Amino acid sequence: MKELMLGNKALARGLYEAGCGVVSSYPGTPSTEVTEEAARYDEIYCEWAPNEKVALEVAFGASLAGTRSFCGMKHVGLNVAADPLFTCSYTGVNAGMVICVADDAGMHSSQNEQDSRHHAIAAKVPMLEPSDSAEALEFAKKAYELSERFDTPVIIKMCTRIAHSQSVVETGERVMPEPRPYEKNIAKYVMMPGNAIRRHPVIEERTRKLTEYAESCEFNRVEMGGTALGIITSSTSYQYAKEVFGESASILKLGMVNPLPVKLIREFAAKVEKLVVIEELDPIIENHCRQLGLTVSGKDVLPVCGEFFPNMIAEKLGAEVPAHGSIGEPLPGRPPVMCAGCPHRGLFYTLSKNKCTVLGDIGCYTLGAVAPLSAMEMTLCMGASVSAIHGFNKALGGESEKKTVAVIGDSTFMHSGMTGLANIAYNQSNSTVIILDNSITGMTGHQQNPTTGYNIKGDPAGKIDLESLCRAMGFNRVVVVDPYDLAACDRAVKEELAAAEPSVIISRRPCALLKYVKHNPPYHVDSDKCIGCKSCMRLGCPAISIKDGKAVIDATQCVGCGVCAQLCRFDALQA
Amino acid sequence: MTKNIMIVGVGGQGSLLASKLLGHLLLTEGYDVKVSEVHGMSQRGGSVVTYVRFGEKVYSPVIDKGQADFIVSFEKLEAARYIEYLKVGGRVVVNTQQIDPMPVITGAAVYPENLIEKMEAAGALVDAMDCLTLAEQAGSAKAVNIVLMGRLSRYFDIPVEKWQQAIRECVPLKFVELNLKAFELGRAS
Ligand SMILES: Cc1ncc(C[n+]2csc(CCOP(=O)(O)OP(=O)(O)O)c2C)c(N)n1
Ligand code: SF4
Ligand code: SF4
Repeated sequence: MKELMLGNKALARGLYEAGCGVVSSYPGTPSTEVTEEAARYDEIYCEWAPNEKVALEVAFGASLAGTRSFCGMKHVGLNVAADPLFTCSYTGVNAGMVICVADDAGMHSSQNEQDSRHHAIAAKVPMLEPSDSAEALEFAKKAYELSERFDTPVIIKMCTRIAHSQSVVETGERVMPEPRPYEKNIAKYVMMPGNAIRRHPVIEERTRKLTEYAESCEFNRVEMGGTALGIITSSTSYQYAKEVFGESASILKLGMVNPLPVKLIREFAAKVEKLVVIEELDPIIENHCRQLGLTVSGKDVLPVCGEFFPNMIAEKLGAEVPAHGSIGEPLPGRPPVMCAGCPHRGLFYTLSKNKCTVLGDIGCYTLGAVAPLSAMEMTLCMGASVSAIHGFNKALGGESEKKTVAVIGDSTFMHSGMTGLANIAYNQSNSTVIILDNSITGMTGHQQNPTTGYNIKGDPAGKIDLESLCRAMGFNRVVVVDPYDLAACDRAVKEELAAAEPSVIISRRPCALLKYVKHNPPYHVDSDKCIGCKSCMRLGCPAISIKDGKAVIDATQCVGCGVCAQLCRFDALQA
Repeated sequence: MTKNIMIVGVGGQGSLLASKLLGHLLLTEGYDVKVSEVHGMSQRGGSVVTYVRFGEKVYSPVIDKGQADFIVSFEKLEAARYIEYLKVGGRVVVNTQQIDPMPVITGAAVYPENLIEKMEAAGALVDAMDCLTLAEQAGSAKAVNIVLMGRLSRYFDIPVEKWQQAIRECVPLKFVELNLKAFELGRAS
């Protein structure tokens, strides 16, 4: 049956049809839906792991045991999982193992826009890159065959536009592969120096064979058209090239982007007058062409930064760009904001009021850096807040310890905050760490995590108790506050910053968007009492604005959290 | 020829159902279809956009400037924000609701006046309508998306029964009546 399917869902369908049995992933936009959709199939065991390294190792274990496995992550997730990736390239697999990494050129939801192809090259594993949903489904299935045939993990690279676009697919049945029972093989699977040194040449030979395979494999194809212009491209750039040039140019579409073919590219280049590589982010195919001694254009005209669009390609390569009208004046932006009633808001208000130096982390709470709260001064990668505050305080000493805090979400703490906390406990800085426990992984669309007590299917699961965990690490001062209670937040922040030993503050209240959270009726403004002092505006709640000099509350947005009322000295904001 | 529709609004306003309905309908009509949108950060109350493209064969998942035949907008400022994406002579179907973005709320910017007129001056054909009132009339403020679809349907050569059928197939049973009514009100507006 033909149906419209999201790229990520199609990939999940491919896993299902290929007989994949174990999926372990960590959420990250734009990769998350692959695993969420896979979890809808009862035949596949699916889980959210605490981080990408764990996920990849779980998938490796399942592959070793003889079950086709998968793990999914965003581009920066592969940095975290790089350690097992590089070495399971050496061990190879038993049953097929597929890794999906989703890049985010244009940084719609990311802290950088690195190009994941570098990881495939460095780890010497094949990488496939679909250009629509049908290919996502197909490539997922074929990736398992490739993985088993060449004894290697296979990476499927998605990008925002392929992951989050729906296009037409045709689904098939689930076909279980031949069983591959686990066999003890110390020389292959125990990567100590004596064994690993024998595996390395095997991997080089595998790359040679894969390059040969790339010359004629079904993932790469030539679409001959006009021969004045020849384009080598892949993924969403292929779609843009077709959109702009149609049949007027010839295209070499690469579905396998590592390793790259040699003969195929040379032959294609020989058939066209001018050769251009259209690829987002880094010039990887382009540099490969140059190494082959070909004259090629690419990043001399197209940008390295940001994502591509059809008009940009048309303009840079001399094709026609459509005309359009314009409003002719700058319009106010609409940046994302913390939701009305977000539990993070009260805590950030407190930090802002106390003029704390806030070293931050990644999640919904990163929006605490935005005006009017502006209460975050550093965000690097997941977990970095807890490690960096230790370095910050070691560098600056006592004065810094009295005003600096690290803030980190519950999911991010489980991902990679715990190790930083262990360092504070072990190497003794008087640091104050605030865990923003909203009982969910909010930013990526509400996934469960080890602190929530539920698994990916929403069924009851193991639950890690944050207080006990911190105490077990040696923290004597562990306090829990309700971020809707501004006085309690203020007291906790002041006391813990002043304390003579390191402490953890757990700011605990579930995310306002969770289905089980019951909201109070909206607040309203008594306009006789409101003097228009704008004290409440310092919260940055999207439900409050000033109209004709007085505060007004948008009843459709307000969830009745009551935080604004605690800021009003005139009792104008009422339940 | 590929036709292009952009659905724009504020994160959380329900563009998902509108694009689902269009995708479903156009696929049953035998077109190649691509529907694409960005999930993630922007959904926290930010500006959001969905691209719907259909025709014999659709390549690019996104619509670029000067290419949209229609912009369907849940909010005035958002329609204006994307006006450069409209084809010369293209049409904007816009809900006249005003939702202040954070820079306006904090006083760092003002909500622009006369946006409808400005869009017309930019060469757009504009259907401006109070969809919220119509949606409430149909039974739920949440049906703004289907009111907009009703209005949009006037410009398509697809029988109204097909639209109604698509609604029946895309919304949960208990909301079908409400949405059919919202569609009708939008179409007749
Ligand atoms: C290595 C890595 N993996 C995944 C992500 C995507 N990501 C960003 S924030 C986040 C988790 C946010 O959850 P939490 O810490 O609980 O904060 P909340 O959003 O709920 O406030 C994730 C998974 C990332 N940025 N980096
Ligand atoms: S989704 Fe939840 S945690 Fe994220 S901003 Fe909204 S209320 Fe806050
Ligand atoms: S009670 Fe106040 S702070 Fe809370 S959601 Fe309503 S307007 Fe916003």
